[in-house]
Amino acid sequence: MHTFEFGRPADAAAAIATAARAKTAQQGADVRFVAGGTTLVDLMKLNVETPGRLIDINRLPLDKIEATADGGLKIGATVRNSDLANNAVVQRDYSVLSQAILAGASAQLRNMATTAGNLLQRTRCMYFRDTAMACNKREPGSGCPAITGANRMLAVLGTSEQCIATNPSDMCVAMAALEATIHVQGAKGSRAIAFGEFHLLPGSTPERETVLEPGDLITHVTLPAPLAGSKQVYLKLRDRASYEFALASAAVVLTMKGETVTGARVALGGVGTKPWRSHEAETALVGQAADAATFRKAAEAALRDAKPQSENGFKIELAKRCLAYALKTAATA
Amino acid sequence: MATTVEAPGTSPIGRSTPRVDGPLKVSGAAKYASDFHFPGMLYAVPVGATIANGRVVKIDAAAAEKMPGVRKIFHRENIGKISRSVLGPGFEGICDERRPPFEDDVVRYYGQYIALAVADTFESAKAAADAVRVSYDKEKPNVSTDLKADDEPQVVVTTFGPANRVRSERGDAAGAFASAPVKLDQTYVTPAETHNPIELHATTAIWDGSTLTLYESSQGVFNLQGVLAQMFGLPKENVRVITKFLGSGFGGKLWPWTHCPLAAAAARQLGKPVKLVVSRKMMFQTVGHRPRTQQRVRLGAAADGKLISLQQDYVNDKAILDHYHEDCGEATAFQYSVPNLRVAFGRAKRNIGSPTAMRGPGAVPGLYATESALNELADQLKIDPVQIRVLNEPKIDESLGIPFSSRHLLECFSVGAEKFGWSKRTAEVGSMKRDGLTLGWGMAGCTWVAARFPAAASVQLRDDGTARVACGTQDIGTGTYTVLAQLTAQRAGVPLDKIEVVLGDTSLPAGPISGGSMVTGSVIPAVFAAADNAIASLLNIAVTTPGSAFEKRKPDELAFEGGRVFAKVDGVAKGVPFADLLGRANLRLVTGGGEGAATFGNPKPKFSTQSFGCHFVEVTWQAEIARLRVSRVVTVIDAGRILNPLAGRNQVEGAVVMGIGMALFEHTTYDPQNGAPINSNLADYVMAVNADVPPIEVHFLDYPDKEINELGARGIGEIGLAGIAAAITAAVHHATGVRVRELPVKIEDLI
Repeated sequence: MHTFEFGRPADAAAAIATAARAKTAQQGADVRFVAGGTTLVDLMKLNVETPGRLIDINRLPLDKIEATADGGLKIGATVRNSDLANNAVVQRDYSVLSQAILAGASAQLRNMATTAGNLLQRTRCMYFRDTAMACNKREPGSGCPAITGANRMLAVLGTSEQCIATNPSDMCVAMAALEATIHVQGAKGSRAIAFGEFHLLPGSTPERETVLEPGDLITHVTLPAPLAGSKQVYLKLRDRASYEFALASAAVVLTMKGETVTGARVALGGVGTKPWRSHEAETALVGQAADAATFRKAAEAALRDAKPQSENGFKIELAKRCLAYALKTAATA
Repeated sequence: MATTVEAPGTSPIGRSTPRVDGPLKVSGAAKYASDFHFPGMLYAVPVGATIANGRVVKIDAAAAEKMPGVRKIFHRENIGKISRSVLGPGFEGICDERRPPFEDDVVRYYGQYIALAVADTFESAKAAADAVRVSYDKEKPNVSTDLKADDEPQVVVTTFGPANRVRSERGDAAGAFASAPVKLDQTYVTPAETHNPIELHATTAIWDGSTLTLYESSQGVFNLQGVLAQMFGLPKENVRVITKFLGSGFGGKLWPWTHCPLAAAAARQLGKPVKLVVSRKMMFQTVGHRPRTQQRVRLGAAADGKLISLQQDYVNDKAILDHYHEDCGEATAFQYSVPNLRVAFGRAKRNIGSPTAMRGPGAVPGLYATESALNELADQLKIDPVQIRVLNEPKIDESLGIPFSSRHLLECFSVGAEKFGWSKRTAEVGSMKRDGLTLGWGMAGCTWVAARFPAAASVQLRDDGTARVACGTQDIGTGTYTVLAQLTAQRAGVPLDKIEVVLGDTSLPAGPISGGSMVTGSVIPAVFAAADNAIASLLNIAVTTPGSAFEKRKPDELAFEGGRVFAKVDGVAKGVPFADLLGRANLRLVTGGGEGAATFGNPKPKFSTQSFGCHFVEVTWQAEIARLRVSRVVTVIDAGRILNPLAGRNQVEGAVVMGIGMALFEHTTYDPQNGAPINSNLADYVMAVNADVPPIEVHFLDYPDKEINELGARGIGEIGLAGIAAAITAAVHHATGVRVRELPVKIEDLI
């Protein structure tokens, strides 16, 4: 039986010191932080993750949502997704984040899942989750049967010849659009990572999903001060009405003057190998009339580099419709 | 003798009755197969092949055997003898996967069991199973989804015996089609679907000398008893199977699967009870599924829509060794009037586990195809889809040349159309709008066979005023406990809360499989006869017991009503409760046995007994975001008399929800490279969730069918799933203009 040690560190420093002994902070790491466990424990049951040691960070004082000095918001690493989604300030000033979280999983899962855990959510690629299958992300160099197999749910943006796994998070899509910053304490001190630099494209190293190094503990996420008068929408499209990962989703934060878009932040989910911020769409929007033609152009721009696989070509059009409709909804809100 | 009093408001028959087993279920006291624990019990976890075609070269269990708590790793070399079973006379010895586990070293489907780890705990057994190393001689599996019938003889082997590949034929279907003024020729595809009852398959096997007791999640304990007795060379009476509660089965638990003899073999060798619970992933591999079907339907019609010719040629895929036939032609030959008809089938071998019956086997995929074809023909002719069905209503069952016992399909259509508001439909695609959404309206008819299996029951009247009714059938979760209580209450005059119902045990009088929607119809004559015989004994006791109020009377001067024995001349008001009579006679109880004969399989029936119905469906379509939702369903069912409208409605609503899943979501995907059912979990196998369930209106016509039984009750477990997919795809076409002929309807079909 695969056994593991389970410990509760006294403080963050102890947690980091223990975790820093691992060779990697990525898949296969021997030491893992555990919070809600909704991804990690699931993958341990499947033998996809087999850590020798779990560091329970639930009792570290990382569970607060607080205002920051510059008018933004600080969200602790172990804040539960349900608490974050239902927080009054989040609902008022960062509603796209609330909408995104509530579009994902189920109430029971959201009650357990945490902010930091959601940032590190693993792909739902069926080949990744089955140790009988080859998978370059799980076993580098073993191959990618998804490219020649069942890939309907997989990514069309940011893929490589080694990996087309989709990032499944809803929360991350909203955080990308909100320009969140991820704060990490590590063996070499603290640092802040811009959201767009946190997740890595698979390239030839799909086993590396984030920039985290051994010992790096996500302590909190900050959101910048809300954009005054911004209109925020998260739209998630999927086969059934609830409890399914996105085929395509869009998070949009728009500011407008009259009928003109003055500011736009756009991110897509369900289609990218990472939460997909689209500067191309934003460029196509800013300064333009908030109308159907502009929204469609932005959507075309966002998906310009999309690469279909054998079963998921429809996602390109679906993502375009998703983004255009989210923009329309935000503009007319 | 007993009389059936059905005064309104007093009879439990036809009254909405909450499940008598409800409190047990919500309190967790109901024991399902895996809830039984025994001292010294061991846990077994199978090892499934990770190839779909090839041979096992070597099984290296050395590391697994050394793990803590591990008792033994079983495989082909050490499992001992497990024999084959064969079909017996009557409805016996049925099995979809005949090859006993570990019989040879050939792997024919992904997940086929090749070893079994047994340990002191489930966790140890799981870890040991994971640690077994297997090397294979691997060949490319054939899981192709393009189905062409294999070269098979005219009469083929099926699970239930030989069958002619021409399932039904009359007139000259090909000739009539060739000369028909209007033609339709389309192929419809349904995917592999996996049963996903919440309760996993589970076996606990216990040996006592040469007797074997199995706690199993089974829809047919007697068939399982017979098959296991054959596999282990035992007299049937040495095998006892117990299934107290089922967390449903949807057909997947009708016949034995290979985990069951594995658990029994391990328990025998180790001399301990062994529990084996099939994992959710294995549920997609080793315990059956609805096979993929490919059905070509050719309709020839007159310009007014009257059918001239109907041809249905269908193929289902099946396992390499086994013989499952998905009987898509089950309803085709009688549902509508057509003088020229030919229904024929073939099968295509694939490297997949054996398919099996899934709720509404045959008719559900079959009616999807034929009802869809009829809808397309109506559109082609610009005839209302209800009207084309009315036009083709048969006077008799044209396949058998005999009348229907009770057919009210036309009334189903008129009630459904009226309740749905069908007259407001505008036929043009995309022409109906509401709240910025495009509406699609569609409909289809449905039918499901009604018949009785043989059934036996016993009824006891006891000296504390309670009654016990026993029958070795199962409650699959649909309300069989409640129906037996209602029947006993009706006949013995004992209130529901004083009736003990005992089911799911081969030590009880033989009851039917929980299949074919036939339990309710089958047990009525058995329970009534048992109650009547108990009452007859009671009347004899009443006249022979010294000191009894009826001591000087003859039994035929007495009557029984409302739990009281009385002299007919004096009336029931002067009657004596049966408990008092038993007490005076110093008897604890009086027992009656009863049996009901089968009508299923009758070679010369006088009547065609079927249930009928229809579905009217509304979908909403939002093209801007390619969002399709079912927004409203009206279903009308003509299933004879409904004994328990509460449970009955629940059955039909559940079937409609499953139909939404069939039409829009459900499909098992076999990996083209290694043949694994790749979406083998509840996240990736998408089915309808609560948010997908629209308002569903269910109407029962409630015409008793006295050819079926005294109460006129047919079963309702499956009919609600028949036809619904065709109604939904018709609504999808009406909304979007897209005709989807391969289920499920996916977003990519519509954008």
